[in-house]
Amino acid sequence: MQAAAVSVPIEHSLLLASLLFAIGLFGVMARRNTVFILMSLELMLNAVALAFIAAGAHWQQTDGQIMFLLILTLAGAEVAVALALVLHSYRQHHSVDIDHLSDMRG
Amino acid sequence: MLSLFYITAAIATVSALMVVSNRNAVHALLYLVVTMLALAVLFYLLGAPFAAALEVIVYAGAIMVLMVFVIMMLNQGDSALVQERQWFSAKNWWGPALLAALLLVEVVLVIAAKSGELYPVGNSHKPIVVSAKQVGIDLFGPYLLAVELSSFLLLAGLVGAFHLARNLKQKKHEGG
Repeated sequence: MQAAAVSVPIEHSLLLASLLFAIGLFGVMARRNTVFILMSLELMLNAVALAFIAAGAHWQQTDGQIMFLLILTLAGAEVAVALALVLHSYRQHHSVDIDHLSDMRG
Repeated sequence: MLSLFYITAAIATVSALMVVSNRNAVHALLYLVVTMLALAVLFYLLGAPFAAALEVIVYAGAIMVLMVFVIMMLNQGDSALVQERQWFSAKNWWGPALLAALLLVEVVLVIAAKSGELYPVGNSHKPIVVSAKQVGIDLFGPYLLAVELSSFLLLAGLVGAFHLARNLKQKKHEGG
């Protein structure tokens, strides 16, 4: 399979990755709605994945894509547990405020 | 072809900004899907077609559908929009915005300073596609332990999500 790869300077890929990571970090810190925090977290994970892929493409190694696969696995497990937490919090407090998660016991 | 990269990068950045600044959860989720798709295009352009396909299938497909389901179950109407307007006011977000911007400036400076050292000497920058076959061979060769560990992680995630999402009323019935 011959894909249409272009030689992007690695600085530009890393700049984009850090930009996306900063946007996600802002979202995690600024929002109080747990669902939005989760979305920002996904954004940050994606930014890291982009950095890995860019590095893998630059040095033409498979390690970047393997790290991407591991990040994908991590994101799947994280989203499942976190959404269960959101549902639990909503059932208990009828609110998706992240502050309520500190009231959980057991 | 290189301009494709920058256009897609701009799309990813703008939609990411819409994700963190939107007040409606469903709208933000749709912007997040756009970001994922833009990233998939970027992966493809960077010579990782396998990762691009996985990004669309697993991220934009499975994980986003999970979040759509939860947002539907939470049933947030207009009252939640009013609440969110209260929570996400300028007074609350300027601090994190400043910190994130500073961090970004730092990273940009680091990348700009080291840009000369990042390229190995004699690299002709010829793009080569890293195929799924190579990835698979390496994944089940030197990275076999990581694969086993991620299966542990997925099992722990499954058990944890099941435990947390149990119906609490049902638990009381059983005397637990």
